[in-house]
Amino acid sequence: MTIQFNEETFRDDYTFRNSDWAIKRFPFPFHEDSYMYSVNMEQHQGGPAGSVFEKRFDVDEHYVAEMKDRALVLAEDPLRCQSLPHMTLAGWDLLELIMVSKSEDYPDLFELHRDGNNWHWINRPMGIEQKFVFMDESTLPYGPMEYITRQAQGDFCVLDQRDDNLWMDAGMVTTQADWSLDFDIGMNFFEWHAPVPKAHEMGIFVRALKFLLNIQQGMPARRLNWTMTVNPLLDTSPENYHKWGVQKTTLTPENLGAKQHLRVELQTFFRLPRSNALVFPIRCYLISLEDLVTVPKWGRRLHRVIRDLPVELATYKGFIDNRPMILDYLAQHDDGLPTSDGIWPDLATEPPLSPS
Amino acid sequence: MSKFQFPESIKSRPVWGTLEPRAGKAHLMVADSEGAEALLDLAQADATLMARAHVIYIPRETGESYTVRLKELGAAQFYVGPSYEAAVPRLRRTLSDAHMGLQVYLTGTEGLMGQAMREAIEAGIPHSAIQTEHRGSIARRMQCVHCKGITDDVITDPFVCAHCGLNLFVRDHYSRRHAAYQGVCIDAEDPGNVPEPVRLYS
Repeated sequence: MTIQFNEETFRDDYTFRNSDWAIKRFPFPFHEDSYMYSVNMEQHQGGPAGSVFEKRFDVDEHYVAEMKDRALVLAEDPLRCQSLPHMTLAGWDLLELIMVSKSEDYPDLFELHRDGNNWHWINRPMGIEQKFVFMDESTLPYGPMEYITRQAQGDFCVLDQRDDNLWMDAGMVTTQADWSLDFDIGMNFFEWHAPVPKAHEMGIFVRALKFLLNIQQGMPARRLNWTMTVNPLLDTSPENYHKWGVQKTTLTPENLGAKQHLRVELQTFFRLPRSNALVFPIRCYLISLEDLVTVPKWGRRLHRVIRDLPVELATYKGFIDNRPMILDYLAQHDDGLPTSDGIWPDLATEPPLSPS
Repeated sequence: MSKFQFPESIKSRPVWGTLEPRAGKAHLMVADSEGAEALLDLAQADATLMARAHVIYIPRETGESYTVRLKELGAAQFYVGPSYEAAVPRLRRTLSDAHMGLQVYLTGTEGLMGQAMREAIEAGIPHSAIQTEHRGSIARRMQCVHCKGITDDVITDPFVCAHCGLNLFVRDHYSRRHAAYQGVCIDAEDPGNVPEPVRLYS
């Protein structure tokens, strides 16, 4: 299909909206009526047609607007994009991966022509045409990682692999769930995850690291993660927390359905060929609760998940104070009927909400 | 007694050790304040180290309390500096001149050890050749995540950022590259509601 790119904002007047298409393909993260941490990895080798899992790097109606928001964040704070000196080769690897994937997966939107090291890149949605020499930084307006990730939705962490660990040595991070690349750069896998409660004791990170260290070229993996965000604010950074934190207090029972968003991260993992680095794209999808409950199964399930979530996790995810109000809203969309297994909306088979 | 037992914490928080004499042709010892006591203990454990040692000592508020005793250890090079910042050019020069096998001993406050550790790592000294021992103040070097300014010697939680003036709470999340813990606005969700500062670990 041809994508109609939205004109919308993720700040100030928050004109962000999901179309019906975007709602139905939303990556709902709960495959059952409860949630606990797990190393929920699967192969990232496509998925159902039209789903966010189908392509290597999903492009949707928010693409152009998200890239404008990223440019605003970077203009305000260039430290959101950093690459330690030894990571430039991995940046070229990433540029190649994204350009090749997008031009193959979306030939009507992106073109890549290669004649030896002379490359010609065309990005139609953003109106960019660039001729450059692959591996020659002086032929691009930014370093290779920054250049390509200004044209790709989601955050990108580029992880060096050494000493049986992964090191956060480069990244483009402007749509993060409250963590700072500037602070975490140079940390290893356990250090940058240090603030996450419970998961260390459960052995989650030891198992996840073992899995990630063994990811091979051409065998990418993926998982979903989630949190809650008030307003469709992409840049929930610690850097700006003193500005956006107060928005959490603006929820009322009347505006909650429109303002409270479920924030889902599609995390993918690709081995990079020359550097042996691992790139970890973290793609953020937002959906308001009032849109989410138009899928009856998701309304029922989200109520049960949020209701039964351990206090520690609700606190870490930053919505403990608003949980009672969120539950009052979601309870109206849970009639107690059983739900089908898996994350899909199952609109044809799941019953509509019973009248109370 | 200048030793403090830090409670167990998250995985990014540094864990400090106890200095032990190691075999080596050269020994670089960097200390501030009560870190002097750890160097005195080290020299007592193996007095032969000192003939091959370069001591960089910043007494800070301890003044003359330790300098005479440290000097009497007979280090090959003994330097007393007025501040860590003043000692940095000397430290960098020493590290850049270092040969394989240099043993590094860092002791005193967390801020001193963290910053000197960063210099040593950047100079290519392997982790395995660097030892640490905390002594003295438990104050922290904090980075404000909002303005990026560093506030040294933070002893209360919350505290006021010396640069932007926000009220920050003290996290245990630590960056070796910044040699600092992270400070985050405490009243972002309820502006003006700042709890009374409490001394760290009290």
